[in-house]
Amino acid sequence: MSVEQSYIDIYKQYGEVLKKNSAAPMNELREKAFESFERLGFPTRRLEAYQYTDLKDLFGVNYGMNLNRVALKEDFRCDVPGINAHLFYIVNDTFYCPAESEKALLELRAKGVSIGSIREYAQSNPSLVSKYYGKAAGCGSDALTDFNTAFAQDGFFLHIPENVVIEKPIQLICVMSGSVPMLGTQRNLIVLERAAQAKLLLCAHTKGELEQLSNRVTEVFVGENAVYDHYKLENTHAKSVSIAKLYAKQYTGSELLVNDITLHNGLTRNNIQIDIDGEHCQTTLSGMAIGDAKQHIDNATQINHNFPNCKSRELYKYVLNDEAVGAFSGKVKVAKGAIKTEAYQTDRNVCMSPKARMYTKPHLEIYADDVKCSHGASTGRIDETALFYLRSRGISESEARMLLMFAFVSDVLENIRIEAVRDKIRMLVEQRFRGELSRCSNCGVCK
Amino acid sequence: MLEIKNLHANINGKEILRGINLTVKAGEVHAIMGPNGSGKSTLSSVLAGDPTFTVTEGEVIFNGKNLLELSPEDRSREGIFLSFQYPVEIPGVSMVNFMRTAVNEHRKYKGLDPMSASDFLKLMREKKELVELDNKLANRSVNEGFSGGEKKRNEIFQMAMLEPKLSILDETDSGLDIDALRIVATGVNKLKKADNASIVITHYQRLLDYIVPDIVHVLYKGQIVKTAGKELALELEEKGYDWIKKELGE
Repeated sequence: MSVEQSYIDIYKQYGEVLKKNSAAPMNELREKAFESFERLGFPTRRLEAYQYTDLKDLFGVNYGMNLNRVALKEDFRCDVPGINAHLFYIVNDTFYCPAESEKALLELRAKGVSIGSIREYAQSNPSLVSKYYGKAAGCGSDALTDFNTAFAQDGFFLHIPENVVIEKPIQLICVMSGSVPMLGTQRNLIVLERAAQAKLLLCAHTKGELEQLSNRVTEVFVGENAVYDHYKLENTHAKSVSIAKLYAKQYTGSELLVNDITLHNGLTRNNIQIDIDGEHCQTTLSGMAIGDAKQHIDNATQINHNFPNCKSRELYKYVLNDEAVGAFSGKVKVAKGAIKTEAYQTDRNVCMSPKARMYTKPHLEIYADDVKCSHGASTGRIDETALFYLRSRGISESEARMLLMFAFVSDVLENIRIEAVRDKIRMLVEQRFRGELSRCSNCGVCK
Repeated sequence: MLEIKNLHANINGKEILRGINLTVKAGEVHAIMGPNGSGKSTLSSVLAGDPTFTVTEGEVIFNGKNLLELSPEDRSREGIFLSFQYPVEIPGVSMVNFMRTAVNEHRKYKGLDPMSASDFLKLMREKKELVELDNKLANRSVNEGFSGGEKKRNEIFQMAMLEPKLSILDETDSGLDIDALRIVATGVNKLKKADNASIVITHYQRLLDYIVPDIVHVLYKGQIVKTAGKELALELEEKGYDWIKKELGE
């Protein structure tokens, strides 16, 4: 039986349960997405978009899916505490609001913000959810997104009305957990209406020692003149498979910052697709990955400049040791007519060991005249002259390497506009380089 | 303090040092001069432990310890300091973090606790003044965007912070205008004590107007071919290196 077949069977057997546990806006797309998944199958390396990461076999583990929605709660201490954020959890795919955030939740709702479980909002306000749900991710172009759309039951929903600014960052802690290996299908939808502002930090974790697969799709709509920061920090264990797709749409005059940090993981595939659908937008896309042992990190990004007079800046950095594998594919597409586009892309990587591998594929597709675009990618070793310079001042080799690695990624960390978060993440990155990172709390896999 | 005996070293199989003998005592300032390619910079790199060079023969004893067996960091902690001819720019590593790490590693080696933040900043302030290092520079990344003169000044600043027993100044005068040269030399002179020593490597006599050596050596083709008092530097300035070559029968 093919890997796909078991999921096809599950869908056919549990289709009604899925629908019952969800609501119309999500159910409307389910069937079509399932058919598309059935047709496409899981991606393999034969597909150009997945040429560095084979995901198909990873779905072969006998995962539990919790389609019947057994209530899960987690007492999970995140690595980024004390940042004075509105804190919410998603365990596998289930949203819940901890007692400490209940007051904040009500206050936000009183301001007209819709924030909470997407499943509940799909039931209580179907017209609001269906206006956006699936509109950025689409259907039929990516089997894993279709898989998500077919199986999604819950996730995070945020809708911020016009002119509302949420000052405090929102922290969404996503934990994969279970007494058996679990597959989580998390679906998030974030909408900022005109001139709204928000910052979100998504922390992805695993708990326990079992295989966990998270297949997350997040859709983001940044309305006219809205400002949205999206930070993601992955700190999962070696048996984790993390597939995360972010589809963002930007409208006139909006500003979007995405910073995707893979601190520790098993196998990770991130897709970020940003459609710039209005003039005078600013986009910052940034990311970094630290890999050692046999970790595998694949970031595939695409920025579509569909309108004139927009600026995008992209920066990714990898530090790979042992037998870690990194892949970066960055596409910037400037549509016909998108004149005065400025798009700059940089990818820099360091391989600390001879067995570490880095694949990088920067590409520009430009169909407009009068644009400023550049891309640059390089992969090298640590700068030996700098290393000697530091050692000649009495700094031990290991400390000197740590300083240089930390310095190497420091400009990615500069792209965090919440000071408390930046400080915490700096500290975590430093601990990671020193090998002192607690990894995921309570996790035994990587010890 | 330092005793170099029959030191041979090569880079990628090419022999550069061909039997150096040199003794430096506490309180002395030695100048090493010589034409381009004679091995001056190689000598300083080998003493600091630069792994690109391979020592094939000879020994170096520093305060009773076999220097060649020590890692670059331990040489520094034992009191060797190299002021680089071409200081490296290290974007992302702040001067403060760099110096704090270095000072505390030196302290750890001596069995001392790390310095408190306020004591450290006080020390930084004091030493910055010594070499007239701009505050702005001290807040930047190591050497990043520094001018040639600022980089050399930063080297002497680091020397002041680490208080070495033996400092090796490799072509510290190259790329310096006369004002920067004066500041750097003044800094070096202020740091001079009875229990430390310096080796000043230079191509020209100019620097030696400011840092007056006790002994001058001429390095040629990887060997010290002449040693004399400070008057030798003036003679070299006047006559160039050709007369040395003639003396050697070339």
